[in-house]
Amino acid sequence: MTDQGSFYQRDRGWHPPPFTPHYKTSVLRSPQRALLSLENTISEMTGPVFGHGVLGEYDNDLIRNWAKTGDPVGPRIIVYGRVLDENGHGVSGALLEFWQANAGGRYRHKKELYVAALDPNFGGCGRTITDDQGRYCLRTIKPGPYPWPNRVNDWRPAHIHFSIFGHAFAQRLITQMYFEGDPMIWQCPIVMGIPDRNAIETLVAALDRENSIHMDALAYKFDIVLRGRRSTLFENRTEGN
Amino acid sequence: MVQSLNRLKESPSQTAGPYIHIGATPNHSGIEIYGNGGDLGRTLVGPDAKGERIVIKGHVIDGGGAPLKDALVEIWQADSAGLHNSPQEKRGKADPAFAGWGRQPTDGVTGEYRFETIKPGRVPFVDGRLMAPHVTFWIVARGINVGLHTRMYFSDEAAANTECPVLARVEHRDRVATLIAARGEEGGRAVYIFDIHLQGEQETIFFDI
Ligand SMILES: [Fe+2]
Repeated sequence: MTDQGSFYQRDRGWHPPPFTPHYKTSVLRSPQRALLSLENTISEMTGPVFGHGVLGEYDNDLIRNWAKTGDPVGPRIIVYGRVLDENGHGVSGALLEFWQANAGGRYRHKKELYVAALDPNFGGCGRTITDDQGRYCLRTIKPGPYPWPNRVNDWRPAHIHFSIFGHAFAQRLITQMYFEGDPMIWQCPIVMGIPDRNAIETLVAALDRENSIHMDALAYKFDIVLRGRRSTLFENRTEGN
Repeated sequence: MVQSLNRLKESPSQTAGPYIHIGATPNHSGIEIYGNGGDLGRTLVGPDAKGERIVIKGHVIDGGGAPLKDALVEIWQADSAGLHNSPQEKRGKADPAFAGWGRQPTDGVTGEYRFETIKPGRVPFVDGRLMAPHVTFWIVARGINVGLHTRMYFSDEAAANTECPVLARVEHRDRVATLIAARGEEGGRAVYIFDIHLQGEQETIFFDI
């Protein structure tokens, strides 16, 4: 028996609602009508495949993939984990893309307003594809917190953005990874838009001293869960579903 | 106590933030990286792809009427025969020259997005009835807390649109128009304009899939 059915209904109470007024940009960008409920069709249960062939040697190494004159400045870290589905199965071949600020909290973007310095050796993006067990890893420098135009004096906790592509368009997800022990997580209106503290904690990567590399890099473990599929018990669905 | 279902919860979504273009379309945002392949999803249609070449373009518009200049739009669709280029597609083999998946930023100055693709064939609904030809959209941006799923249908498919079981589900019939892109022409090629309204009178229908 395999999980071939439709995806479990997304728990909208676990995700942040569209309208989170303390995160001001959401006010004019949040749909106000009810979403139209739609059982999965082939259009959402399928999705593209990204072969390992698209990856370059340093794509998952932000310490090396933009280096011009040497290594970027900042605490060296490894982030590793698994992409799982809600049934606990590893999701193989998942495309992960990640982007972040440099150690000073500065993004390499022309609209960035923060005065912190750019790092000539840090681009701030990378990507990888999970192995047959759903495992991934990346190497980077720990991003700094940064101020942002929201309330008068808001700062984001240190974070890495993740975009995840599983096996189906219905699983498409973008989220952010935070760091264990950071008090600013609980002051951030973007984080606090998530209604359930337990949900927020699933986005906080654990410091893993055992997998840290002595005199080289600290390790953080960050698992990501995508939507899972129903088992097709006694279901007689039309061909193709 | 009872037995545990041993099920995990989906990771909660967080906004793509203002710098999604760094992560998803780095070359477009000025970070030349990943070799010659460029940004993923930039090209859907190979030279040998079957079907009618079309352009889909438009804006993502906020509740104040302003286009988003920091959004990312992804599309996913069937080929001209109604098959998806995906291992999850069990009904047949899709056209290998058509990727089916595309990704474009909204322009940093004008806010316009633009895809060069082909017109898809029809795909069956859950009960086997055919849905009208459509393109699945997914939109993320700063200020959008969970990525938005919608669909674009074609104005020149009136008959198929009328019998589409998904469009038939829309209770407020005047809202169906928010999913239908008008066909025009640009240099001899069909162009469909699909504006996505996040709020207001013309708010696009978004799906809970
Ligand atoms: Fe950020």
